[in-house]
Amino acid sequence: MRLRDPAYLVCPRAIAFWTVRAVPGWFFVLVGQTLWFVGSPDHPGWRVAALALTVLLAAAHLIVMPRWRYRVHRWEVTDTAVYTQSGWLSQERRIAPLSRVQTVDIKRGPLEQLFRLASVTVTTASMAGLLSINGLDHATAEGLVAELAEVTGRSEGDAT
Amino acid sequence: MLLFAPIRELGRYIPLLVGLVFAGRQLPGGEWWWGPLGAVGVMALTVLRWVTTRYCITPEKVQLRTGLLQRRTLVTPTDRVRTVDVTASVMHRLLGLAKVDIGTGTQEIFGGLSLDALPAAEATTLRAELLHRSAASSNVPAAVASGESGSITAEDAVAAGNRETEEDTELARLDRRWVRYAPFTMSGVLGAAAILGVGSRFLDQLGVKVEDLGPATGVLDVVGRIPIWLDVLLAVAGLVGSLTALSVSGYLLSYWGFRLSRHAGGSLHITRGLLTTRATSIEERRLRGVELSEPLLLRAVQAARLRGITTGLKAADSSEGGSSLLLPPAPRTVAVDVAARILGDRVPVEVLLTAHGPAARRRLFIRAFVSAFVLVAAAGVAISLGAPRWLALPAIATLPLGVVLAADRYRSLGHAIAGGCLVTRQGSLPRRRDVLNCDGIIGWNLRQSFFQRRAGLASLTATTAAGRQGYTAVDVPLPMALSLGNRAVPGLLGDFLTSGPAPAAVPRT
Repeated sequence: MRLRDPAYLVCPRAIAFWTVRAVPGWFFVLVGQTLWFVGSPDHPGWRVAALALTVLLAAAHLIVMPRWRYRVHRWEVTDTAVYTQSGWLSQERRIAPLSRVQTVDIKRGPLEQLFRLASVTVTTASMAGLLSINGLDHATAEGLVAELAEVTGRSEGDAT
Repeated sequence: MLLFAPIRELGRYIPLLVGLVFAGRQLPGGEWWWGPLGAVGVMALTVLRWVTTRYCITPEKVQLRTGLLQRRTLVTPTDRVRTVDVTASVMHRLLGLAKVDIGTGTQEIFGGLSLDALPAAEATTLRAELLHRSAASSNVPAAVASGESGSITAEDAVAAGNRETEEDTELARLDRRWVRYAPFTMSGVLGAAAILGVGSRFLDQLGVKVEDLGPATGVLDVVGRIPIWLDVLLAVAGLVGSLTALSVSGYLLSYWGFRLSRHAGGSLHITRGLLTTRATSIEERRLRGVELSEPLLLRAVQAARLRGITTGLKAADSSEGGSSLLLPPAPRTVAVDVAARILGDRVPVEVLLTAHGPAARRRLFIRAFVSAFVLVAAAGVAISLGAPRWLALPAIATLPLGVVLAADRYRSLGHAIAGGCLVTRQGSLPRRRDVLNCDGIIGWNLRQSFFQRRAGLASLTATTAAGRQGYTAVDVPLPMALSLGNRAVPGLLGDFLTSGPAPAAVPRT
């Protein structure tokens, strides 16, 4: 017995989105190291090695991480449950019954708008039970929210 | 009652006022009156707050109005009231008063509904009324009270008290012998540290230096004259002695008169406290399970403590993780007994747990080895950079220590489904058995780190609206985790379980 993957992949533009989103972090590390490289006269060997290592790691991360993520990030909504899968090195699958869904949010950050993407967040009464699907196409996201609103509207009770 | 809030506020500000007086002395003009002026200001403000506070409780709603310049009105439907806690500090008790906190289970950004300084009898009646509306509303109308002129009479209070004793079944009561567990609790040690901290700060505020105290100088003299090994021995004995004394007094302060009872109206009542008394209630329909915690030290003396997993308690980010105390450190058998009576079933508390297997054990030992190795390497680097050589000793000592802990952690690791509850256990220094009612599970998180995937393990978290919000079975072999999830909440995982090969995924547009 195994848990199958959720049925749908996210939008392929998410690869570019995740790449761009990861750039600033590396940029700050590189700026710091460059300042050290230029500013300090001692340990020349260490400085070169550290800088080279950072460039290598950054390149590997920026190339591997988004593609890996794209293969992992998936989602699915059935008649009874929402099912998401996310992460890359560390992966997580979350399942929540639709009868327990409390809110459905759609979010478009500035960077997401640039790539015409949206993320959908589904909350339950548990603070540990938040499901979020990143890198969805606008139309898909809206369709999903409408679908969820329709299905969850049918269930009764306070969902706790 | 009028004077109560100002005096208490004054007490709270004493360090500040003392500081003001001292600061005033330092000023060239000797402006000593800063202190008294501050005191008068504080009193005026609190009198104002008292004068402007009004509350009103009807069968439909609870209403609280406060503030003069910034008026605030809080209204909550009476049937949304989830907790009513009655607290009385020493000063409250001297004046025959109590404070009532009404919790509605939301994120209480505005501090919730809090009625300070009600007459104690009125507070008790109010609590009984609010909590047992469903049971009592048929024969006793809900009270309407406003400010100092409560309409609840003494007879009502007595009647409420009688009702409470009639319908109460006692589940546990503090046994004085339990005090012996106090030194084995972390909270006892922390409490002792807090008392020491406050004490030293208080002395500091008064401008007293420890070296100036007569007994202290005497002690310092003696320490100087006797041999060093005796010094160390005395220091250890003194530390152990004072920690014991402080943790015991901490235990007594918090749990004196502890009593846990079940009310026929469907709630659990806890009263406790030596100086500050507290009365807390938990509605049983909000109880989703219990946490039996046995930290290493308590386990060594066969003791445990019990907490309830409840919905609607504020602050899931607090140290207790939104769970509520059901039993202070007590003999393990008593804790298990009380848990069984609360759950109405012995099985979930006592059932033998399924072990998580060799892969989980390997993972724990690898972690112990790796962290010990990192520490040894770090110590090595530090020594090569000129740190003292003895640093290597504690670093190397982490290895056997880590191995022992890993072995114990593996022994703790386990899960079961019994009596309609999901039971998980983990940890060593803080070991916990969580018993969560399966009806309270509102979702699953299945997490696998890179190394867990390689080892075929997963951590399965049952999310819930109660307590810690999520209860995790750590490092379970994946198939076992799936079957566990499927058995705990039939149908939820079922849609996504297959035995066939993975189908090709399609992008949905």
